Amino acid sequence: MSTYWRTFKTAAWLGWEMDSNWTEPWLFVLYSVIKPVAGAFILVLMYIVFVAIGRPQGDTDAFSYMYVGNSFFIFVATVLFGTFQVIQSDREWYQTIRYIYISPISYYVYILGRAASKIAVAVFAVAITLLFGAMFLGVRLHLALADVPMFLVSTVLGLAVLLAIGICLGGISFLTAKHTHGLAEGIPGLFYVFCGVLFPLSILPSWGQAIGRAIPLTYWFEITRRLIAPTITVNTTLAGFDPLTILFFLIVSSVGFFALSVLIYKVGEYFARKAGKIDMTTSY
Amino acid sequence: MSEAKARRSDLRYRIGLNLRAVKGRSYPRIVGANREPSWIFFEAFLPLLGIAAYVFVYQFFGGQALAAITTKTTAAPWGMCGHDPCANAAAQAAAAAAVGANTNALVASVVLGGTMVAFWLNVLWSMASQLYWEKEIGNLQLYMMAPMNRMALLGGMAVGGVVMTSMRAISTLVAGVLVFGVIFQVASPLVLLAVFFATLIALYGLGMMFASLYLLWGREAWNLSALMEEPIFFSSGFYFPLGGLLRIPGWGPAIAIAGSFIPASLGLDALRQLTLGSTAFGGNFWIFDVTTELEILVGMAVLFLILARYCLAYLETLAKREGKLTSRHQ
Repeated sequence: MSTYWRTFKTAAWLGWEMDSNWTEPWLFVLYSVIKPVAGAFILVLMYIVFVAIGRPQGDTDAFSYMYVGNSFFIFVATVLFGTFQVIQSDREWYQTIRYIYISPISYYVYILGRAASKIAVAVFAVAITLLFGAMFLGVRLHLALADVPMFLVSTVLGLAVLLAIGICLGGISFLTAKHTHGLAEGIPGLFYVFCGVLFPLSILPSWGQAIGRAIPLTYWFEITRRLIAPTITVNTTLAGFDPLTILFFLIVSSVGFFALSVLIYKVGEYFARKAGKIDMTTSY
Repeated sequence: MSEAKARRSDLRYRIGLNLRAVKGRSYPRIVGANREPSWIFFEAFLPLLGIAAYVFVYQFFGGQALAAITTKTTAAPWGMCGHDPCANAAAQAAAAAAVGANTNALVASVVLGGTMVAFWLNVLWSMASQLYWEKEIGNLQLYMMAPMNRMALLGGMAVGGVVMTSMRAISTLVAGVLVFGVIFQVASPLVLLAVFFATLIALYGLGMMFASLYLLWGREAWNLSALMEEPIFFSSGFYFPLGGLLRIPGWGPAIAIAGSFIPASLGLDALRQLTLGSTAFGGNFWIFDVTTELEILVGMAVLFLILARYCLAYLETLAKREGKLTSRHQ
């Protein structure tokens, strides 16, 4: 266990250095904030344009729904990318995977450690985005003190699910070519569409709603929104689930996805070793 | 004059050599992508989902607006038409039709923006970062020793990149029409093609220029590329008409002007006018007319290509002088 912990700590430190030491700390902070805030502003402008031509009286409920979902989606994009890109960056970019892989550590734990620094940056970005929305854009946030423990538990469970999904993708990326950017856009895109992040599930066709209900992150967004923005009245089609049921779903999903991530990681690793792909490069 | 020197000064030989270099550098991008089937899934299908999300956002807004129009109350028996109750059934129907048309136009804007996103990402990650990437994996010194013009190398990367990215761009357009039911009304196909290719040449010219600068910036390059995704999508109006920024007093026009230095901004504005009609959105969100935007794009294309040539020559010399041409991870 101490080896795992040491691996995790060292990998987290390494990840942090790789992410941040290319520039001055203030520039890194700015960099970490600009991307998510610009992402939020795309939605703000979409809303402004629609209101200007289609609904002059505005729709603050729809806007708050979208803004809160998008803010928490920063976790999805960052944690997923931070996890599955480890294998590809070590393999293709730094070409160090062969040395790390043969060292006496758990590569699985090493990936988790590398992702930890991304989570730290994401927490900061989410907080800034929410704060900006509440202060300047009229987003209605209200987290009651009594709800804080449940909010923290649900956030930890949501992150656990995300890490496990990221490792699943990492396992697959043992066998694929240099697809980091396709994956970075595409897989979060899947959750962006089907998990009720920007719009309620009712907008999707029935098959899309079924997919959304099968993804645990849908429930994570739902409970998060209920806890920090309880006044939003948009019909999410998930009103029948009480918060404790949703928490139960998240616990079961995080355990299930952890098991799946170990399985996919092991299978990907086995076939990559068999095909001699552990340290392949595909730089076209 | 030796035979080798005579050949190097022969214009026909040099043109042939550079064309072969263009073909040679574009080849691995075109053929490499076809040899890796998973690439098609990752590059063409998955990114559609992100675009679909923005489409659904507009449909969500449209649905909410339509619900406000069709919901009858005692104060508004024909629903709400904007701030006021609808006067009669005809006014209600007209307001609902306007919401439908506007939603379609906005969805079409997203689809066109999604097409351009493909090219912009290719410019960032496969043009601008490429020379730095080549340096990291040890190919750059081979390119520098080869006898062709460096611009031929960048030209080959651009041609290969355009072909490789076209699959994603076409998938986005096809999905827009078939899945989301977007209706495009193309009145001037030749002008549309001219705008499209002027935009691409200007974009890839910018990418060529960045490629040289990235050599100088080293490790910051990757982060710079990452930084030029969402902020550029926002400031260049990839998912909404750029004129929307002009509606925001103060910082809005400043951001729009800054974003207009990326050729995709004006290119998208012109493409939207040409495919949706200049009266779409009440004609209130366009920056310039199509002819002016085409002229600016052609000017940008020429300017960026010239700047790319000078940047490349300057930075190659600088990198050689400082001994950084082959140093990795810096």
